Amino acid sequence: MALDKRYFEYPERSYGMDHGRYDWSMLTDRQAIQWPGDKKLAVWINVGLQLYPLDQQGVPFKVPGGMTMPYPDLRHFSLRDYGNRVGIYRFLRAFSRYGVKPTYAVNTELAHQNPYLLEAICRDDHELICHGWNMDCLHYGGQDKQQEAELVAKSVDGLRELSGEAIRGWLSPAKNQSEHTPELLAANGIDFHCDWVNDDMPYRFFTDSGDIWSMPLSTELSDQFILMNNLHSEQSYVEQILDATEMLASETTTQGGRILSLQIHPWMLGQPHRIGKLEQILAHLAERDDVWFATASDILDTFTSQLK
Amino acid sequence: MKANPGYYDYWPYENRPKITWPGGAKIAFWVAPNIEFYELNPPENPHRKAWPQPAPAVPGYSIRDYGNRVGHMRQMQLLDKYNIRGSISLSTALCDHHPQIIELCKERDWEFFSHGIYNTRYTYGMSEAEERDMIRDSMESIFRHTGQKCAGYLAPALSHSDHTIDLFAEVGTELFGDDAGIYTCDLFHDDQPTPIHTRSGKRFMSIPYSLEMNDTIAFVVNKIPPRQYGQILKDNFDRLYQEGEESGTVMCIPTHNYQVSCPHRLKAFEEALDYITSHEDVWVTTGREIAEYYREHFFEKAKQDIENRVLSLRGGSNHGIG
Repeated sequence: MALDKRYFEYPERSYGMDHGRYDWSMLTDRQAIQWPGDKKLAVWINVGLQLYPLDQQGVPFKVPGGMTMPYPDLRHFSLRDYGNRVGIYRFLRAFSRYGVKPTYAVNTELAHQNPYLLEAICRDDHELICHGWNMDCLHYGGQDKQQEAELVAKSVDGLRELSGEAIRGWLSPAKNQSEHTPELLAANGIDFHCDWVNDDMPYRFFTDSGDIWSMPLSTELSDQFILMNNLHSEQSYVEQILDATEMLASETTTQGGRILSLQIHPWMLGQPHRIGKLEQILAHLAERDDVWFATASDILDTFTSQLK
Repeated sequence: MKANPGYYDYWPYENRPKITWPGGAKIAFWVAPNIEFYELNPPENPHRKAWPQPAPAVPGYSIRDYGNRVGHMRQMQLLDKYNIRGSISLSTALCDHHPQIIELCKERDWEFFSHGIYNTRYTYGMSEAEERDMIRDSMESIFRHTGQKCAGYLAPALSHSDHTIDLFAEVGTELFGDDAGIYTCDLFHDDQPTPIHTRSGKRFMSIPYSLEMNDTIAFVVNKIPPRQYGQILKDNFDRLYQEGEESGTVMCIPTHNYQVSCPHRLKAFEEALDYITSHEDVWVTTGREIAEYYREHFFEKAKQDIENRVLSLRGGSNHGIG
């Protein structure tokens, strides 16, 4: 099949990015940032608290981690629900034991359905960010703008009302966005999103409704990616996190502070055979004298307060 | 369509004319960082989708951008540490988008070879003239921005046509004579360089580039854990080094700044580089240098050996091999 003439035209072939969302900049060219107490590594533990509906529509794709079997896919529905009933309480104990200050990315519908869960995660020092409505309400290219606007407003406002907290951050289900998502987030008073994995530090992200920040939440280091997508062992998960910790810490000797961001899920690491691995990692991090456990907003505020 | 691309002849991996690399080295070792630009919203190609999601495909696009924003400097510093000059498989539009990266590599005398213009523009569906223009554009970009006469080619996103290798060889000759368009990285049939048939009859070679050692294949397709990848690299080296005693071999590590430079992967990669470069009789080199050295010293011997041991046999029997 012959190709359209456009296939041989390169309208964006010029300096910088091929879009206007952010400026091109190499990490090493940027200002060094100091974390409080002269710590080297900000550790951002980001917990996905998720609702995977049984009647998944899968538009425009099936969310990774969602239903895969013909309806009713009870195995995946209940296994994900396990995290919100059981796994999260193992997380809470571990966080308390090792002094972690977690950030919870919460599907608003889950918070709406489970006031007890919302109350439980808010007992200790924490931050809540909005993780959309549920895992089957995706944001995607070509989505009807009005429909998405309602989805964002319902999700952000809903979590604010239920929690009474400011809700400054956003994580899209499946980290997927439409061409309008950043504008809608800015218009709803969101300060930062965590979907773009192109950096190890925060950077300014342009929208027609004003700038927001992009926060570096690693997909590569998420438990779901390593254990479920890559099918690596639990032991390898630990090794990968520790190797990443070592590498980022060593980079701080010549550059500024760095961020270790760990996206974890109670339906994954909250299992009895895995929780020990999370504890092993947290114990290691807690023992290090160069680690600062912080929420996404703690990190962003420290970062922006130092920008020249 | 052809049942066999016909680029090379069968040539048994035994009793070949002995290769010795410069300084008596047993193995030629090169690292080929792919420095790529993927477009957020490329024009559609009916034969292959660029991204799994409708644009903007944030997950795939953004991790590749990480390679340029964050990963490149990490890998470059590591290669500096072990005195390795990279041989860059370059999306040549990167010369326009990110000239700083090109400058840094130029300062280090790294090699630039063509990997097409964008890694989101596939060869599939191109007419011969369109593909020729794309290849020419990419080689001219490299010359304009680096002064180098592009010696090698790895087709964008490993997308090929039946003419790809012929066109690359021909455009190289048109632009720069025998200095350009002399080797391909697109074939994985051997652990030593081999002569390649092109329709222009030019002295053209395949230089082993290794799909198996390619970090993206290892991490994304084969889903190998980082430390195991480091071990595989060492094992690959050990065997090629041992066999290089008999006749010089080639080891290549093709990398991507968005894979090997991620924080959880760099350490294992470094250990492998440290291991490999700590051996004696390793020629740490570039793709072009291997190709040129081979062309000068071994190309004709290889052709002759193939003729004597394989083709004559085929001609002399009526059932043939091929």
